[in-house]
Amino acid sequence: MDSPFLIAIGLIAAGDPALTETIALSLKVTLTAVSISCLIGLPLGAGLALAQFPGRGAIVVAFNALMGLPPVVAGLLVYLMLSRSGPLGDLALLFTPTAMVIAQTILILPIVISLTRSVVEDLWAEYREQLRSLGAGRLRAVPTLLWDGRVSLVTGILAGFGRASAEVGAVLIVGGNIAGHTRTMTTAITLETSRGSLGLAVALGIILLLITLSLNAAAWGLAQSARGRLG
Amino acid sequence: MKVDKVIASATTILPLRLKDMSYSVGKTRLLDGIDLTVKAGRRLVVMGPNGAGKSLLLRLCHGLIEPTSGSISWQAQDPRPAAQAMVLQRPVLLRRSVRANLDYPLALAGYARAARYEMVQKTLARFGLIPLAERPARLLSGGEQQRLALARAWALRPQVLFLDEPSAALDPSATRAIEDLIFQFSAEGITIVMTSHDLFQARRLAQDVAFLHRGRLIERGPAAQFFDAPQTPEARDFLGGELIW
Repeated sequence: MDSPFLIAIGLIAAGDPALTETIALSLKVTLTAVSISCLIGLPLGAGLALAQFPGRGAIVVAFNALMGLPPVVAGLLVYLMLSRSGPLGDLALLFTPTAMVIAQTILILPIVISLTRSVVEDLWAEYREQLRSLGAGRLRAVPTLLWDGRVSLVTGILAGFGRASAEVGAVLIVGGNIAGHTRTMTTAITLETSRGSLGLAVALGIILLLITLSLNAAAWGLAQSARGRLG
Repeated sequence: MKVDKVIASATTILPLRLKDMSYSVGKTRLLDGIDLTVKAGRRLVVMGPNGAGKSLLLRLCHGLIEPTSGSISWQAQDPRPAAQAMVLQRPVLLRRSVRANLDYPLALAGYARAARYEMVQKTLARFGLIPLAERPARLLSGGEQQRLALARAWALRPQVLFLDEPSAALDPSATRAIEDLIFQFSAEGITIVMTSHDLFQARRLAQDVAFLHRGRLIERGPAAQFFDAPQTPEARDFLGGELIW
């Protein structure tokens, strides 16, 4: 029997359609979830950094804690919402890519919110008097702080992307690992490994590692060049 | 909006009057019963030892913080008129280009993009910043950063400019450049209110002096009078102590 590594390299080299399809779906789901998380999380996190209201501390702690939410639990929650008997069951979203996007958004959103809050809070401490002096109120400060914190924010968003693309629990529960429909890299690895078809599993594993590696390289390079360019 | 702006800058916002103004944090009175009038067209230097409340006084005048009691009122009835600017002791430059730093307060003030471009170009030229326009502001030298901070404050054409230790961390030639700018602003009719711990700088720049000691304003008046014949023992000690070295 051939070594799974040789099979894996063969599959990657040949551009195996099952392989590329799985990779494409994975990236699509995770990128969508990251985008939605940023759209919601950046303004919300910045708002949380600047706002003062009773119970703020509890919300900050809650979002920090949710960063460690186990993916299977996120998956379970979405499953309960979307299942036939659940409150959103009529939408028939269970076992669709949309359900996977929702589950992953739940995983990434706390990361984006908490990170944004922390970055913007630090910047606000530094910028507060200056911005007030220049005529910017609290609300107007939000886009300013987000933009000036862009380097740290992008690094953190990439971390969120990494978490989502690597997790298996949530997408497996709400996606169902249906071939050609909701099969992602991680769920495929789980399945192929349990079936003993290690070639495809290893091929996906390699791709997944490469994606993680290039993401981290990108984050590092970005931070480095920004330090040089922006000071 | 534009029309309002022209009218606003056509009417003078000065004098600025502080009446029995105090500022406390908790039970500590950091500034106590300050009476001071900032007259138009003068260069006022606020002096005093460290911790006397100089920065605090400027920040209160500029409207960054509110007095605990007493009043701060401008001739213009506006509680915080737009035609005043401040260069903080440690100015915060945005993590953007020099050009973007100059553009930012103009955008906040509601100027249209085209008008802003003109104003920024003029400011860059006025302060010799054109070669640095696209450079990240945070990577400029200390002297260049301070020049940019002054340019940013000047760009809005303030009637009053508050400068908190404008050359505290600079070498002699950069200090000289900043002082030249202050004289030019003054010649343009901008009222200057600044702090300085450097007695020689104060002698060079001051037309009026306000002397703070432990949160109280114990002397004020024309600079010549203050330097030649200080009225209080505290001011005499301060001037004497500084002169020794």
